[in-house]
Amino acid sequence: MAAKVFAWIDERLGLTPIYNTIFDRHVPKVNWWYTLGSASLFLFALQVVTGIFLSVYYVPSPDHAYESIEYIMNGVAFGWLIRGIHHWGASLMVLFVFFHMLRTFYYAAYKFPREITWLTGVVLLLATLGMGFTGYLLPWNQRAYWATTVGTEIAGTAPFIGDFVLRILRGGNDLSAVTLARFFAVHIWFLPAIIALIIGVHLYLVIRIGISAVPKEED
Amino acid sequence: MGAVVGLPAIGYLISPATKVQKKEGWIAVGKLENYPVGTPTLFSFNRTTVNGWEKTVNSYGAYVVRFSSDQLKVFSNLCTHLSCRVSWKEDLKEYVCPCHDGHFDSEGIVTAGPPPKPLREYETKIEDGTLFIHFVEG
Repeated sequence: MAAKVFAWIDERLGLTPIYNTIFDRHVPKVNWWYTLGSASLFLFALQVVTGIFLSVYYVPSPDHAYESIEYIMNGVAFGWLIRGIHHWGASLMVLFVFFHMLRTFYYAAYKFPREITWLTGVVLLLATLGMGFTGYLLPWNQRAYWATTVGTEIAGTAPFIGDFVLRILRGGNDLSAVTLARFFAVHIWFLPAIIALIIGVHLYLVIRIGISAVPKEED
Repeated sequence: MGAVVGLPAIGYLISPATKVQKKEGWIAVGKLENYPVGTPTLFSFNRTTVNGWEKTVNSYGAYVVRFSSDQLKVFSNLCTHLSCRVSWKEDLKEYVCPCHDGHFDSEGIVTAGPPPKPLREYETKIEDGTLFIHFVEG
């Protein structure tokens, strides 16, 4: 019965060719370092899910941000778990994306015909760091406040445009409610949208071109 | 077409950055006689600015240093590296920044760490025994 239902759906949606294209590809014999990309993708999905859950209670306002997180941690059932996963997942994602880049670099997998895969990967790495930077402010505690003060000041040291960039980042001269609101917007909308889109291109290229083999001595 | 969509979008996003506020003013930091000679003493004050829809209260600190009864300097406690706040360490006789371990001597000169410039010195005046500093950030 189930097979019949599936066949009916498959005939109309064409699921089997999609499955074959994505999961039934021919791949060279590779090692564990090749799992870092999938691991990064998994962590991104985990961050999206836990992030959506956190947004149920989190309020991006200086008056309530800290208290709302305290409520998530102490008042909401399993709030500590959701936030804990988001917190540690963020650090892990930066690590995994970075090691994924190192693997690609040391195996020279960025060369023809995979240049665009590499370039989109660069955007993904920077966007991941941007997620870390913007997410760090959201608890609105002392550490967050001063880390963002320092981080935006670093942007401010750029010659000529530094001061303007600093004010764009902060939404004014000071770290304020405007800063928290725009960091929140960038953290939950702008960067995730960019990351999701670029992951699409990145994966399309992986499927289209296939993955590189481990370099041999004669390569 | 690109400009029609792009310019309002960019303008919308950077708009708060285009409004530069002046926070300049003379601030009374109290009777001069209340500050001991020799030891840098912190005076904290708040400045309120409007950011977007809310008033932001920022606290600042000024170290009043009386080298002798008629010689004094007032330093901002903003580290010149990346704007963390320095504090005076009596045992070291130095201002120390907690963020990246910048050190300044009692004259505000950098003695160690990454700060590129000496501590900012406030212009001062004394009226009827009350010390004022000229605040010019922003």
